[in-house]
Amino acid sequence: MEYKVPTVAELAAAGETPDVLFWVGCAGSFDDRYKNVTRAFVKILNKIGIKFAVLGTEESCTGDPARRAGNEFLFQMQAMSNIQVLNGYEIKRIVTACPHCFNVLKNEYPALGGTYEVMHHSSFLQQLINEGKITMKGGGEFKGKRITYHDSCYLGRGNGIYEAPREVLEALDAELVEMKRSKAKGLCCGAGGAQMWKEPEPGFPDPKKAKDINVERAEEALATGAQTIAVACPFCMVMLSDGVKAKNKENEVNVVDLAELIDRSL
Amino acid sequence: MEFLPRIIFILILGVTAWLIFKRARYINRNIYLGKSQDRTDHKSERLRNLLLIAFGQKKMFKRPIPAVLHLFIYVGFFVINIEVLEFVIDGIFGSHRFFASIIGGDGLYTAALNLFEFLAVLILISCVVFLIRRNVLKVNRFKGEEMTHWPKLDANLILVFEIILMSAILTMNATDTLLQARDERYVATGSFFFSGLLTPLFQDLSTPTLVIIERATWWLHIIGILAFTVYITYSKHLHIFLAFPNTYYADIKPKAEMRNMPEVTREVKSMLGITDTTAPDHAAPEAPGEGMEIGRFGAKDINDLSWKNILDSYTCTQCGRCSSMCPAWQTGKKLSPRKIVMDVRARAEEVGNSLDSGGPGLEDGKSLFRDYITEEEINACTSCQACVEACPVMINPLDVILQMRRYMAMEESSSPQEWQMMFQNIETSFAPWKFPPSDRFNWAESLRENKES
Repeated sequence: MEYKVPTVAELAAAGETPDVLFWVGCAGSFDDRYKNVTRAFVKILNKIGIKFAVLGTEESCTGDPARRAGNEFLFQMQAMSNIQVLNGYEIKRIVTACPHCFNVLKNEYPALGGTYEVMHHSSFLQQLINEGKITMKGGGEFKGKRITYHDSCYLGRGNGIYEAPREVLEALDAELVEMKRSKAKGLCCGAGGAQMWKEPEPGFPDPKKAKDINVERAEEALATGAQTIAVACPFCMVMLSDGVKAKNKENEVNVVDLAELIDRSL
Repeated sequence: MEFLPRIIFILILGVTAWLIFKRARYINRNIYLGKSQDRTDHKSERLRNLLLIAFGQKKMFKRPIPAVLHLFIYVGFFVINIEVLEFVIDGIFGSHRFFASIIGGDGLYTAALNLFEFLAVLILISCVVFLIRRNVLKVNRFKGEEMTHWPKLDANLILVFEIILMSAILTMNATDTLLQARDERYVATGSFFFSGLLTPLFQDLSTPTLVIIERATWWLHIIGILAFTVYITYSKHLHIFLAFPNTYYADIKPKAEMRNMPEVTREVKSMLGITDTTAPDHAAPEAPGEGMEIGRFGAKDINDLSWKNILDSYTCTQCGRCSSMCPAWQTGKKLSPRKIVMDVRARAEEVGNSLDSGGPGLEDGKSLFRDYITEEEINACTSCQACVEACPVMINPLDVILQMRRYMAMEESSSPQEWQMMFQNIETSFAPWKFPPSDRFNWAESLRENKES
């Protein structure tokens, strides 16, 4: 099948605006593993026939990692220029697969003059499922399979989105199993707050107790016996994939994004 | 002669009121060492939080066992205060069981006292269980480098204090019941179930001895309560008062949202040549030295934090739910959100004490950042908001951490090397990784291959 990935600029040249802008994010654009999630989501958008567009090379970092690491100047420089682009194209609705981009676009851009209707792809997919626009193939790939969902901090605690990703997984007819720490009590993957871009600070000096956060979380996910660990964040994906690898389980257990699960079941 | 106890009582009451007033003024001044920040919006949501989370103890029930024990003490504290009112009236006017002499000692009065005794017993049991949890069971969240010395002693003292106060009230009622049968000046009441269990211990004692025990426990209870109230102002136990305002003034915004810095917005807008209609003063020339007067970027010391950050620190009862949920703390990193909050209070008090003794206050060559809180702690945070979520009284340790990161990045450029690289990548490549911006759309190539057709 042929997929269209129109840019906002292309639409604008034809005098059109998209119904929704897909904000790809830096991980979605550059991380080899996560690019598959971006493509999966675009395929879904194509199959459903939503009039969407991306910014392409006009997209730029939201500034979130700079802000979390304390560099407010850099954050606001990024935010302001992004807002100029978005407002220039008269963008009204944005969907993104990255909870960090989601949080910043939704909650933090309004104070700088950028107010949009922003959705995370989990809420977006849930809405499409509820509206009947996404229907899974009968007996899809994940029917009856055991899946556990890892809450992203910036979706769950940060923005109260706990149910949307779970409803998406339930639509797969999968057996959803919860980890010991989930929802509001969910354990971070270890990448938030710009930790993604640095080595963790030293932990327990005792080598028997020493463990990185992502390994701790991966152990908890593996303990559920699920073959699939569903995530909804590019950084959680990196951290948990590494954690699963550290436990030598990468051949048995997959770390997969919600969009990939839906795309494979369509 | 019979006036003497009344005069002594009124004096003690007056001194207590004066001490509490002075302490309240001191704490209030320390809180307002922080920056002003408007938190008067969203009144109905704030009221809702106050009712559900402070009065209703909603967030405590995430951990049911301590929540139930804590609820006993909390309800007991509220209800037994009615009896304290009678103590105060009796103390001032020299009456005995004033309410009983008005409404009669049986019926409602006996029922109320039985309820108070029941709550007193629940408080006793809860305090004993809490002492065991702290000192024998070694619950993990009560550990940590910040929980030694005074914080550890403080926690135990509070529990012992409450046990003494409750034992006094039960002993007093037991001896009073015996005295009612021997001396008609003691207002007759119905029988009390719990103190009734104690009467066999005292019934063989002589009447003068019973009078002494009854009076001694009366004084012990009321002076104990007054002394405890003063003690609380030095203790982590302040949460019994401050949990209410702290919950009311807590953040209403989503937990993941960071507060904007309007002073940076003004500068960025002028750098980008955007006319700022929201800040009429942006055109005013800024002399180089002026920045210091406006305040520094981020937080180095307590006066850079908001008043709410300091109120948070005075509200903290060091329960450690924040740290026990923190991914950094759980994996042995130096960061403990509880310590961050405790450090804010310790520094506020250091500065406050210095100011009160005519000292240099904030200019003592020390600061919250570095002298109390280290870079290693600040850099370990994943901003996952588990600490914010866990706190039963809506304290936000994350807010302090993020403000210190701003200080490190913007005032000192002392962020970790890897973060400096990340900043550079965003500045030059518009992504936190070093990829050419022109490659940003390459992911679509495989999908767009047949685009021309």
